[in-house]
Amino acid sequence: MTNENSISRRGLFMKLGILFNGLVATAIAVPIVRYMLASVMRGRTNSYLDWVPLGSVNEFPEGETRLATFRNPNVMPTDGKTVDTACWVRRVEGDQFQVFAINCAHLGCPVRWFPQSGLFMCPCHGGAYYRDGSRASGPPERGLFEYPYKVQKGLVTIQAGELPTPGAPTAALEGKKPRCA
Amino acid sequence: MRLISQIGEWFDHRLQLAAPIRETVEHRVPRNTASWFYVFGSAALTVFILQIVTGILLAMVYVPSAAEAWTSLQALNHDVALGWFIRALHGWGSNFMVAIVLIHMVQVFLFGAYKFPRELTWIIGVFLLLMTLGMAFSGQVLRFDQDAYWGLGIGASIASRVPIIGPAAVKLMLGGPIIAGATLSRFFALHVFVIPGMLIGFVCLHLLMVLKLGINEWPMPGRLVKKATYDAEYHELTKKDGAPFVPYAVWKDMFFAAFILLAIAACAMYFGPFGPTGRPDPTIIQTAPKPDYFFLWLYALLSLLPPSMETPALLIGPVIAIFVLILLPFLSGEGEKSWRRRPIAVLTIMLIAIVLGTLTHLSGYTPWSPHMNAWSGDPVPDKFLRDTTALQRQGALVFQGKQCRNCHALGDLGGQRGPALDSVATRLTEDQLIRQVIQGGGNMPAYGKNLSPAETTALVAFLETLHPRTQAPARDAARDMVLGVEQDRRQDSQR
Repeated sequence: MTNENSISRRGLFMKLGILFNGLVATAIAVPIVRYMLASVMRGRTNSYLDWVPLGSVNEFPEGETRLATFRNPNVMPTDGKTVDTACWVRRVEGDQFQVFAINCAHLGCPVRWFPQSGLFMCPCHGGAYYRDGSRASGPPERGLFEYPYKVQKGLVTIQAGELPTPGAPTAALEGKKPRCA
Repeated sequence: MRLISQIGEWFDHRLQLAAPIRETVEHRVPRNTASWFYVFGSAALTVFILQIVTGILLAMVYVPSAAEAWTSLQALNHDVALGWFIRALHGWGSNFMVAIVLIHMVQVFLFGAYKFPRELTWIIGVFLLLMTLGMAFSGQVLRFDQDAYWGLGIGASIASRVPIIGPAAVKLMLGGPIIAGATLSRFFALHVFVIPGMLIGFVCLHLLMVLKLGINEWPMPGRLVKKATYDAEYHELTKKDGAPFVPYAVWKDMFFAAFILLAIAACAMYFGPFGPTGRPDPTIIQTAPKPDYFFLWLYALLSLLPPSMETPALLIGPVIAIFVLILLPFLSGEGEKSWRRRPIAVLTIMLIAIVLGTLTHLSGYTPWSPHMNAWSGDPVPDKFLRDTTALQRQGALVFQGKQCRNCHALGDLGGQRGPALDSVATRLTEDQLIRQVIQGGGNMPAYGKNLSPAETTALVAFLETLHPRTQAPARDAARDMVLGVEQDRRQDSQR
């Protein structure tokens, strides 16, 4: 009693089997995808960011730029030394600061401060910045990334927690446009 | 002897592999393919097997944790017996593998082997190349040292430039907001499970197709590939002028594979393992990270591209390159195979080789990077200070003290970011020098805010002395007109 329009018992079971497997696979895929995107989902709410202390205001003489280090707000047991990060702190005057990310705005290499010439220089591809972080020369398309800072009870704190990258300066890491030289 | 053959028969009755294996090894190949040009594919496979074996050996000691990876590599280098040698084999194996895969690809391209019916073999080969490069990069990350740490930062900076999904791509790549433990673990998974698994699968497909479609015959100028007749012609060729692969052709593959293994072992013995360099501690910023040699050309390119070109070149360039490689067999799937009648193919290879070679060479001495220690390490050569006035000498001090030397060479010492200044006075007049120093421009920072008028005067006075004895410094003709030549000459004689 089989014709072209009817479906055999075995054929139906096979199709049901495929459907059943598909449903189960989708159900399992949801938590897997969620797991894989965990770091992305969390980053969307800026919940990685937090305020971390850099040190007392007195450690940073007025008019000078000093290297400071801080510990990333999120630490995992396997992170080792990688959660310690350096940054350049420029005390303009009084409680007015500029805190620059160590990462060059070109491709993230560590920039070095040269007080004699008043320039930050990058060892990788030759980017250079003025003392206020604005672009001086080389491949970077913008100035250095700046951390938002607060001075509370004589303590300099910055909002940090994410690697600053040129395509994604997080909401907190808005750099300035280069000033007209 | 009878016992062995009985055991063999017992297994074959169950596995039934003897006949297909015999068929495979004795399949007929065109006689002229038993050539030293046809050994690179099997050599790449041999090195791949070496990488799997040494990789497993390393994984027995290596700890994929950001806190301990570096120390476990030190232990491999110094504490585990011959650990350094296994690391060196794996490191040199990776260098050789990238090189051999590229040579194999060039040979296949020049011999027209990607044409009908081997298009898919070529396309899978392109994916194998990409995976090999993926292994090379992820392997460099596992050597979790300063170069690996900052290399990841460069990778993240590039990924972040992708429109819209850039920031998400960075967090996906790093496994978190910063380069840390999760980053290393995820690259470990990629390097040890994901990419090798795919590599093994694709290598099997690649080999299967070589066997099913037959090895590419030696290209003869004038013998054109036509889809309608090729299969029959190839079949005829292997029948008339063919020989069994084993032993007729295989001995050259075996010799070359053994030679490559020996070369890798010799390099490993002589040069030792790669790194690890300094500890992956981001608070140590006195570092100039560099990629491994197969990515040095990219490092040079990123330094030399104009800033506005960089993001498009980084994001669109690779897509176009991969697209072209995949489309190649469809664009020229028929016709001439021989390189003797394909001048554009030969020129393309030469052009690519010259470009990659030049960029790699440049990355050896990074003329685009300031020499961070030149200002304090390379004194102004004596000959530039002979017969100079006090003011000019003061200028030489300013020149060193303000780190001009980091970018400008004098007497072949110093940075090469800017032009050498040995004869700058013949190129720029006094006014132009002052303007250049104060306002910068042409990729030079402006020093106006950083030099007092006295320092600028001294510096320019020194720069004015930098000209060959036989050549007068440049002078502004208009100024001569206005101020009078006589007055300038008088000033000169006073000096």
